[in-house]
Amino acid sequence: MTSGELPTRRDQDDVAIAFVGVHKWYGSFHALRNVNLRVRRGERIVVCGPSGSGKSTLIRCVNGLEEHQRGSIFVDGVELTRNIRRIDEVRREVGMVFQTFNLFPHLTVLENCTLAPIWVRKIPRREAETMAMALLERVKIPEQAAKYPGQLSGGQQQRVAIARALAMSPKIMLFDEPTSSLDPEMVKEVLDTMRALAEIGMTMIVVTHEMGFARQVADRVVFMDNGEIIEINAPDPFFDDPKHERTRLFLRQILH
Amino acid sequence: MEVSETRFNDPKLRGLAYQAALILVLGGLIAFGVYNAYGNMIARGIPLGFSFWNEVAGFQINLHLIPYSAMSTYGRAFWVGLLNTLLVGAVSIPLATAIGFAIGAARLSPNWLLSRFALAYTNVLRNTPLLLQLLFWYNAVLRTLPGPRESLTLHNIVFLNNRGVFLPLPVPRQPAISFALSLLLAVALVAVFRLWAKRRQERTGALSPVFGFAAAAMIGLPALAALATGAPFSFEMPKLSGFNLKGGVQVIPEMAALVFGLVTFTGAFIAEIVRAGILSVPRGQFEAAGALGLHRGLAMRLVILPQAIRLIIPPLTSQYLNLIKNSSLAVFVGYPDLVQIFAGTVLNQTHAAVQVMAITMAVYLAISLLVAAALNAYNASQALRER
Amino acid sequence: MAQSIAYVRESSEPEDLPPDLYQGAVAWLKTNLFSSMASSLTTLVFVGLMIWVVPPLVAWATTNAVWAAPDGEACRQHQDGACWAFIGAKFDYLRFGSYPSAERWRVNVTEAIGGAVILWLLWPNARRRGIAALLFFFAYPILAFLLVHGSERLGLPIVDTLLWGGMFVTLLTALVAIVFSLPLGMLLALGRRSQLPVVRLAAVIFIEFVRGVPFITVLFMANTMLPLFLPEQWTPDRLLRPLVGIVLFSAAYMAEEVRGGLQAIRRGQYEGAMALGLHYPLMMALVILPQALAVVLPGIVNNFVGLFMDTTLVSIVGMTDFLEAMNNAFKDPVWSGPSVTTTGYVFAGMVYFAFCYSMARYSAFVERSLAKGRSA
Repeated sequence: MTSGELPTRRDQDDVAIAFVGVHKWYGSFHALRNVNLRVRRGERIVVCGPSGSGKSTLIRCVNGLEEHQRGSIFVDGVELTRNIRRIDEVRREVGMVFQTFNLFPHLTVLENCTLAPIWVRKIPRREAETMAMALLERVKIPEQAAKYPGQLSGGQQQRVAIARALAMSPKIMLFDEPTSSLDPEMVKEVLDTMRALAEIGMTMIVVTHEMGFARQVADRVVFMDNGEIIEINAPDPFFDDPKHERTRLFLRQILH
Repeated sequence: MEVSETRFNDPKLRGLAYQAALILVLGGLIAFGVYNAYGNMIARGIPLGFSFWNEVAGFQINLHLIPYSAMSTYGRAFWVGLLNTLLVGAVSIPLATAIGFAIGAARLSPNWLLSRFALAYTNVLRNTPLLLQLLFWYNAVLRTLPGPRESLTLHNIVFLNNRGVFLPLPVPRQPAISFALSLLLAVALVAVFRLWAKRRQERTGALSPVFGFAAAAMIGLPALAALATGAPFSFEMPKLSGFNLKGGVQVIPEMAALVFGLVTFTGAFIAEIVRAGILSVPRGQFEAAGALGLHRGLAMRLVILPQAIRLIIPPLTSQYLNLIKNSSLAVFVGYPDLVQIFAGTVLNQTHAAVQVMAITMAVYLAISLLVAAALNAYNASQALRER
Repeated sequence: MAQSIAYVRESSEPEDLPPDLYQGAVAWLKTNLFSSMASSLTTLVFVGLMIWVVPPLVAWATTNAVWAAPDGEACRQHQDGACWAFIGAKFDYLRFGSYPSAERWRVNVTEAIGGAVILWLLWPNARRRGIAALLFFFAYPILAFLLVHGSERLGLPIVDTLLWGGMFVTLLTALVAIVFSLPLGMLLALGRRSQLPVVRLAAVIFIEFVRGVPFITVLFMANTMLPLFLPEQWTPDRLLRPLVGIVLFSAAYMAEEVRGGLQAIRRGQYEGAMALGLHYPLMMALVILPQALAVVLPGIVNNFVGLFMDTTLVSIVGMTDFLEAMNNAFKDPVWSGPSVTTTGYVFAGMVYFAFCYSMARYSAFVERSLAKGRSA
């Protein structure tokens, strides 16, 4: 049962992200309806649902890219308000990977990864570059460091985007449909990277249609429809025995 | 199927045939024209060479950056006109750029009033003819100003009347040299500091107050020099003497109207270019920069503007060229630019139409080609590398 | 607090309206006018400016204005208002110049027919545009010339070009320029893309030369040099010379627009046409150019707007366009005065703005509907 209560002191040490009674409107369109969700540290959450269900909106609220109008969102103990300072604080600890990569085309791969550590965390350049090279090794493309994003394939670009987000040493990683823009043969390399991340205990929220990934990696699967959370469960019971009618309908449509 | 094997079906030969035909036709037309021109010019007593260049002009010019009098040659008149054209360009381009960037930024402002005002500005100025705007400034504004005795004035420093705009003229005095030296020293110090600050950031990550230091140095050092050695400039103020203002810098109303019109008109086009440039940077770039923790100012400086500038520079230079070409409208307000003096008065007096027009057009062509070449070089160096 | 990991929604959340703070007039004001300190300050400054500037302007145009008067005396007395009476008195001159009043119906008919054809040509989703194009580019120019200039055989008295003036000349100039410069521009664009080096060189030289010099020098050149380069008996009419200059000038810019459109056509279109056996002229006329023109129509309309504004320059070679007619009207001693000058320029500005802005909106509209159609 998701809890609607505010996180207590004891909980705060354990809870990475908390949504408490969150509503969001786009104009008069009610995009998120009474969302309550607690994500513990080290937990891997996969959010799925039909398009327009609010799943992207949900994770974009976590790092302040979207603003919520009612309810509270706590990230790593800090409440997200419209205060710019708070938002910047949160963004330093939360990394995000976008569907359209959003790499900076006028900087090299290495520069993409060192930009934020140098200018936001004020890390000396040499240290930032060493860190970035280590990350590029982890995502298995260290030889591309001097190239520009336009010279890389889609799969390589997305892995650079992951390295760039990791360069800020975030406590939480958000993935917004990371493989939806990729050609099929490149999806695996990105999912493998994400799997490796999950194995070392990173707190992750992933919005994706890749149900195989969800089954293997997720601790919990969240199904959203029409702005509401419909069902949450561990992956095996979720896929094998969906309880809500709408969940069943959705799974029938995508697992063919 | 019977396909003719004649030579004419060979594309290569056809191509050569077409080209030969074109050369013949064009060559024939040019020869025809030259033949007629030669005959007509001789019949009407029009000079054929460039001898008019050294003849006495016999007319006055009310703005000349180099010495000129009615006894000077037509050649000298050409140089006066060319310099005046370049003067208008040099003054108008920075001002138009400033206005253009300001209005372009205003268009993107979240404040509804400000962005609507900027929209109205660009719409109105881009959809009325430049000539109309120039005539408006000249006839309806500058010429209706009062005479020198009743000038509009800003604390007796700047004067506005129907003879033009009068500004104080800085006259360098003895301490000007140390003033200039202190300025140079300040620039050098700022450059050194910037280098040091960059090294420091690379080594330790800490940021240094480059802007603050630069401001302090550029203002403080010259001020110290002035205090130590005395004021570097004295200002010659325009003063009423008789029926006119004497002294100071006089900007004739023709130039004021031309500059005003060109700056406001071109500024509107530049505003649209700036706005389009910034908007064409994909929204995802802004989001990614924000997601990494970069606040709005840093995101603009490090991510958005570098990409936007690439897209802005080509159309911007084309607007600069347009401004220089549009300055030829000076003839309508009586400003003595190259066209007004050379293709106007000189052509009318010497009747050497072919030579005069050829020279005039060659000048503008040279300017256009130079700017185009510079732009191409810049584009080549800045192109985003792709697969 | 032990929590079961599973959750199933029992009841649906009702749809709700956003809290008052986020919608309605107050919310709009807050986000658009007062979102920050700087924004609020700007709003206040602007409101102050508007209060200071707008009422006097409105008064100038309406309450203080002189709406009807037999001559300029009333306007000279009331300098703080517009002199609309002047516009009314000079209206016919501004429209027709010195065209004899008995024959003015011919100008009206020509303009009406032209307007109808253009409307047909530009109407969104108009049918059989090809016929309209043929009419516009071939039949209409001849008809217009006969009507306006006159012809002995048709019983229409000839009206000398010296008498032509005003808005009629502006429209004529702009239309002639478009009718002739568009086909010429297409030829130049094709020439520039040609594989034959001589053709390409000739096209490039012409285009870059014309685009590199100010329009006024082209007018001067046409005016002074055309008579020199042709034999005495062929001296072109004083109206024809600047028209030639405008057509050549506009053709170079049209060429660049069309070239952009040609480049936008995907290679597959050329290959498809070639595979069908269409040779170059047919391929261009039936497949490539129609597509290219649809793509560049907004650009062409923008060119036309520029052209329309450039017609104001023809007064330097002695043609009396709308703006020059206005300038002439200012010199009438019966009317002249400072408020007359201002009123005249404001009125001229409004007329030009009305034409140009509506054409610009049309071009934006076409661009939007083309983008919609193409993104399938």
